[in-house]
Amino acid sequence: MTVPAEAARRRIVELFLSSEESLLRRWTQLSGASPDDLRDLYQALRTALSSDAGDFADVRGLLAELSRARVRQGHTPSDTARLVFSLKEALYEAAEADGGPEALRGFVWFSRLVDDLGLFTFETYTAARERIILDQAEQLLELSTPVVKLWEGIVAVPLVGTLDSARTQVVMEKLLQTLVDTGSEHAVIDITGVPAVDTQVAQHLLKTVVAARLMGAECVISGIRPQIAHTIVTLGIEFGDIVTKASLADALSYALRRSGVEITGAAKTRVAVRAERA
Amino acid sequence: MERVPILKLGDILIVSIQIDLDDQSVLALQEDLADRVVSTGARGVIIDITAVEIVDSFIGRMFSTIAAITRMLDAETVVVGMRPAVAITLVELGLSLGGVRTALNLEKGVAMLEHVRDGAG
Repeated sequence: MTVPAEAARRRIVELFLSSEESLLRRWTQLSGASPDDLRDLYQALRTALSSDAGDFADVRGLLAELSRARVRQGHTPSDTARLVFSLKEALYEAAEADGGPEALRGFVWFSRLVDDLGLFTFETYTAARERIILDQAEQLLELSTPVVKLWEGIVAVPLVGTLDSARTQVVMEKLLQTLVDTGSEHAVIDITGVPAVDTQVAQHLLKTVVAARLMGAECVISGIRPQIAHTIVTLGIEFGDIVTKASLADALSYALRRSGVEITGAAKTRVAVRAERA
Repeated sequence: MERVPILKLGDILIVSIQIDLDDQSVLALQEDLADRVVSTGARGVIIDITAVEIVDSFIGRMFSTIAAITRMLDAETVVVGMRPAVAITLVELGLSLGGVRTALNLEKGVAMLEHVRDGAG
């Protein structure tokens, strides 16, 4: 930093430090925030400015806290940033009263500092939001992919919601692991809850089926609604020799038959099931 | 180079892969297996890959090649015990192992071969 800039900086810091009461009063007036919050901030700023190292960690910590508290009170992040920015106006009045060119030049430096701090509150806000969104996405991923056992040797994955690569990966891994753990030879992937099937989703489904097949298990896709069947055919997606069923019930009865379980009796009234072999 | 042992159980040959396969051992295994199928007159081959954690496209193709070779010699090949991660890798590599039978574990593999034999005989 050049010598005049250094002098300007010292002058504005002096101004800032000397007129604590009036500055605080004006700042409170301009921002409409509680005087206690502002006093804490002011004191942290004063410590940071009077030390040579210029360590703003405390100020940033306070600002982050303030930003969080104000969001909880229903303020928008712009409000919080404006609160910080209004310190400039309060100090400008002090600088104007001083009138010296150094004070005004120093004010430019100070105003850049306040801008940074104001933007920091906004960043804190965004970071907090981002973290919440990430957490929720992760929770959603865990919640939405249960693998349920339908019968000895038959497991099902009821898929709900849109399939993307990340989710398919989780579903695939979970399903395959369950196949190993339970020694199941049949799996049903139910897509009743999948709103739309495009080429990408179909691709993901096919991959899962092929992977299960590689491990020695058979996969049935069920829950294909009429519109989805229509879309799949229109898109020209080939399911090849993969078994597809309209409903989970059909898929279950198919899997039961394949695993050697015989279903007897009138299906509509009562189902008696007898295992053919142990 | 390590050689993979081939065990005989009745008319089934069991190959349990416990080592990290390199290309040389894979080629040696293919030759050994073909020799053993002929010399023992085996009707089925089970390749147990429970311990295999890493596969590449070469090893992936090995399964298909072995299956094709043994089928020429009138023996069915079943690959058993594939780990989920391995299955996913093979799918991502675009290998669907057409013509290879698979089973979840050794027990189911043996049952599958017996089933095939009963059907044929």
